[in-house]
Amino acid sequence: MTQRAALLSSLVFVIAAPAVAPRAETPRSAVPAQPDPATIVHVLNRIGFGPSPGDVGRVGEMGLARYIDQQLEPSLLDDRQMAERLAGFTTLKMSAAELAEQYFLPAQEERQAAARAGEAAGNGEGAASGAPRPAAMREREALGELAQQKVLRAVYSSHQLEEVMVDFWFNHFNVFAGKGPTRIYLTEYERDVIRPHALGRFRDLLGATAASPAMLFYLDNWQSAAVETANEPRPLRPSRRRRPALPGAGTAEQAPAAGARRPRGINENYARELMELHTLGVDGGYTQTDVQEVARAFTGWTIAAPRLGGSFRYEPRIHDNGVKVVLGHRLPAGGGRADGERVLDILAQHPATAHFIVVKLARRFIADVPPPALVDRAAKTFLDSRGDIREVLRVILTSPEFFAAPVVRAKVKTPFEFVVSAARASGLDVTARPLVQAVRDLGMPLYFCQPPTGYADRADGWVNTGGLLNRMNFAVTLTGGGSRPAGARTAPRGLTSPAVAERELLAGSVSDTTTATVARASDPAQALALLLGSPEFQRR
Amino acid sequence: MMNRRIFLRNGGLALVSLGFVPEFVARAAAASTVRGKVLITIFQRGAVDGLNMIVPFGERDYYAARPTLAIAPPGRAADAAIGLDDFFGLHPRLAPLAPFYKAGQMAIVHASGSPDSTRSHFDAQDYMETATPGVKSTDEGWLNRYLHAREHQAATPFRAVALASQLPRALQGRAPALAIGQISQFGLRGAAAGDGTQASFEAQYADAAAHALQTTGREAFEAVRMLESANPAQYTPANGADYPRSPLGAALRQIAQLVKADVGLEVAFAECGGWDHHVNQGAATGQLATRLDDLGRSIAALTLDLGDRMRDVVILTMSEFGRAVAENGSRGTDHGHGNAMMILGGAVKGGRVYGRWPGLAREQRFEGRDLAVTTDFRSVFSEVLHGHLGLRDTSTVFPGFTERGGMGMF
Repeated sequence: MTQRAALLSSLVFVIAAPAVAPRAETPRSAVPAQPDPATIVHVLNRIGFGPSPGDVGRVGEMGLARYIDQQLEPSLLDDRQMAERLAGFTTLKMSAAELAEQYFLPAQEERQAAARAGEAAGNGEGAASGAPRPAAMREREALGELAQQKVLRAVYSSHQLEEVMVDFWFNHFNVFAGKGPTRIYLTEYERDVIRPHALGRFRDLLGATAASPAMLFYLDNWQSAAVETANEPRPLRPSRRRRPALPGAGTAEQAPAAGARRPRGINENYARELMELHTLGVDGGYTQTDVQEVARAFTGWTIAAPRLGGSFRYEPRIHDNGVKVVLGHRLPAGGGRADGERVLDILAQHPATAHFIVVKLARRFIADVPPPALVDRAAKTFLDSRGDIREVLRVILTSPEFFAAPVVRAKVKTPFEFVVSAARASGLDVTARPLVQAVRDLGMPLYFCQPPTGYADRADGWVNTGGLLNRMNFAVTLTGGGSRPAGARTAPRGLTSPAVAERELLAGSVSDTTTATVARASDPAQALALLLGSPEFQRR
Repeated sequence: MMNRRIFLRNGGLALVSLGFVPEFVARAAAASTVRGKVLITIFQRGAVDGLNMIVPFGERDYYAARPTLAIAPPGRAADAAIGLDDFFGLHPRLAPLAPFYKAGQMAIVHASGSPDSTRSHFDAQDYMETATPGVKSTDEGWLNRYLHAREHQAATPFRAVALASQLPRALQGRAPALAIGQISQFGLRGAAAGDGTQASFEAQYADAAAHALQTTGREAFEAVRMLESANPAQYTPANGADYPRSPLGAALRQIAQLVKADVGLEVAFAECGGWDHHVNQGAATGQLATRLDDLGRSIAALTLDLGDRMRDVVILTMSEFGRAVAENGSRGTDHGHGNAMMILGGAVKGGRVYGRWPGLAREQRFEGRDLAVTTDFRSVFSEVLHGHLGLRDTSTVFPGFTERGGMGMF
């Protein structure tokens, strides 16, 4: 009880702290002054990762408008308990260079040594043999700590909206841990690139991702070089991969329809995804010529010593210094590094970008198909405020559309949202490792989303038979009903009766069957399992 | 729908405990009679060295480029290539597959691969699984687009199954597909299956307000019962098939169980890794040989186990790209381009190597170093979907790709 009591009292402290001066209500605010529990649960489900036992009462007392204001200004909200929970994760504070030196390079050397040893032994089992690999385990641990902190923050941080937005932007500017040295940069990417700007200015966030080694590596821009420099000796030694200068001699009979690249020279991947996925959207009005021009503008944006965790470097010798024309804007010759910055300026303030970003935000916070009128208002705020994410969110979270009845519980939780919300709802003190595994087993391995599109934020991506059974299994094991509790350190308590639990966690339209099955449960653990595995709890 | 809900509320629990529901029996029967064709795909992740898997022993340049790694021509050494014709041979560790080739049940496509030149594993696997080379943001995998193109009423939850903890890109998309790590673990685990928890969940989902959750919930519990009645825990492979105790062997063994259980399996996906041999690759023995031994014995066991069912089953292997023609300074091979694919079973016109051989002389190589691609991998995919699964129009599965005439493999 003590751990829980401590947690609860710290939450009470946080919520009671007079952190933010009350803002003048915006004329359009539709935040109810006297919300019912169902409305409070709705807000907790959308702004954060769902209610913990007791949250409904506390937020009801302080008022929804004030709660939303606080969440929009997380720097003023005490979250020291989070730092204490994460104190043991030493890699979270390391630079990419330190991580490379201490974790990733030793693992790489170990793999090479094992391969050599396997051949020397002549048994051909080098790579597959079961010899212990301490460096490989440490390498996994570094990525493991990152995933565990993500889960712990989502479950326990008082900055719920900030955590939602870090998740949102990481997914929007997705990079994949499985692509080579990208993994070295992930900790830094989330900590220094995404998190500081999660509620800040879109242009700052965009610029930070564009110059991040994680993105430069993931979308190949680090090796994009001006065509006329491509056959010169490389000034960098970015890779051990050999890329000979000879153009293909015996190439395929069928010419590549799209995406064909010269062996060296311009690489268009980043330029294309920058416009298609990060800013304008696929129908945002750019052409293949724009893609090529943007790619030319970003030549020379590379990484110093990428496999050693080196940082961003602008390399003038491989930059294309000619004139570029991007979406009708002329970039004069000789722009150097400023070419890329100019492109980001153009894209960040483009109306198509405002629309595209707002649609994605509204899909996260309101419904799979966002209400067009709200999208128009929020997009106008995006442009008027020069991409102030906080102000765009304020429009969305205080809109009548946000509180409209059909929107309540209209979203299917992603596996991450489901696991985190179940841990919060259980009121349990949890360890993160099994929760990370559970999210992975439900098909959403953290930091391992392969395509640059990120994970789906629509129901059809997450409703499938295997996944649903696994969610029920997770609900059972979390609450101790299975043979092996998934991460629970203590048995569930605090939810004194099924009726209390249902009111605290699901408040709102719950089917008679769900109520009846929960009421019939043989013990509190089973009752909680039936609540967390129920169809109602799969939505938010 | 209403009838079923009332039925479940009133008498469902009793029937549930009997282990079957009439609706699923009807669906399973339809699935096994109306459409029985099955495609089993095996992804060799990490880029297998196709030149040592299917050895072009007739090429002098092959031996010149690989002083320590080359496989000897048939008959020239104890552990030589197994001759398929007068030019190509199987790696000696693939001996278990040789009888199928000689009986005309196995075909090979050499110098196949992607029109995209990337040598990134990540990108190339992505391109192969979405079958849109060069386009990174494709949402759906090619197998899922196939499933979607032919959605039908008789589909069961087991129509598309990956023996993996996560759904691979190839199967992701709109059409339902299942990732199962262990089929014996499918369903509610531990006590939950017996203490009333499962029945309670089933009742909850039958009454779910959200249509998608209601439908998916019903299918999930149907799937559990279908598998229970197939009794996967008790399984003895037929014809003395002996699966290796490897992840691939285990996956293929379970795929055979699903095929024989008649649960409506149409597309199965398995994968095997460990092909990325930059250092000390080995030749007739060594690292690559160990992996090929597992591959050959696993596929041979599956083929034996399925017996006559192989008439309706095609096994297709793929890997994201091949490896450089010349060995590197570490007695390994670096990332290359063209590769080889194997097709076994069904009505395949086997016993021959398909595709135009581009040669291995320096000027014949892709970018001066790699086996060139003369057959787009999408031609092979398309051939299998058309010739084996009977899909007439493959244009929605392979957007932007026009197949010129077909390969005549079926």
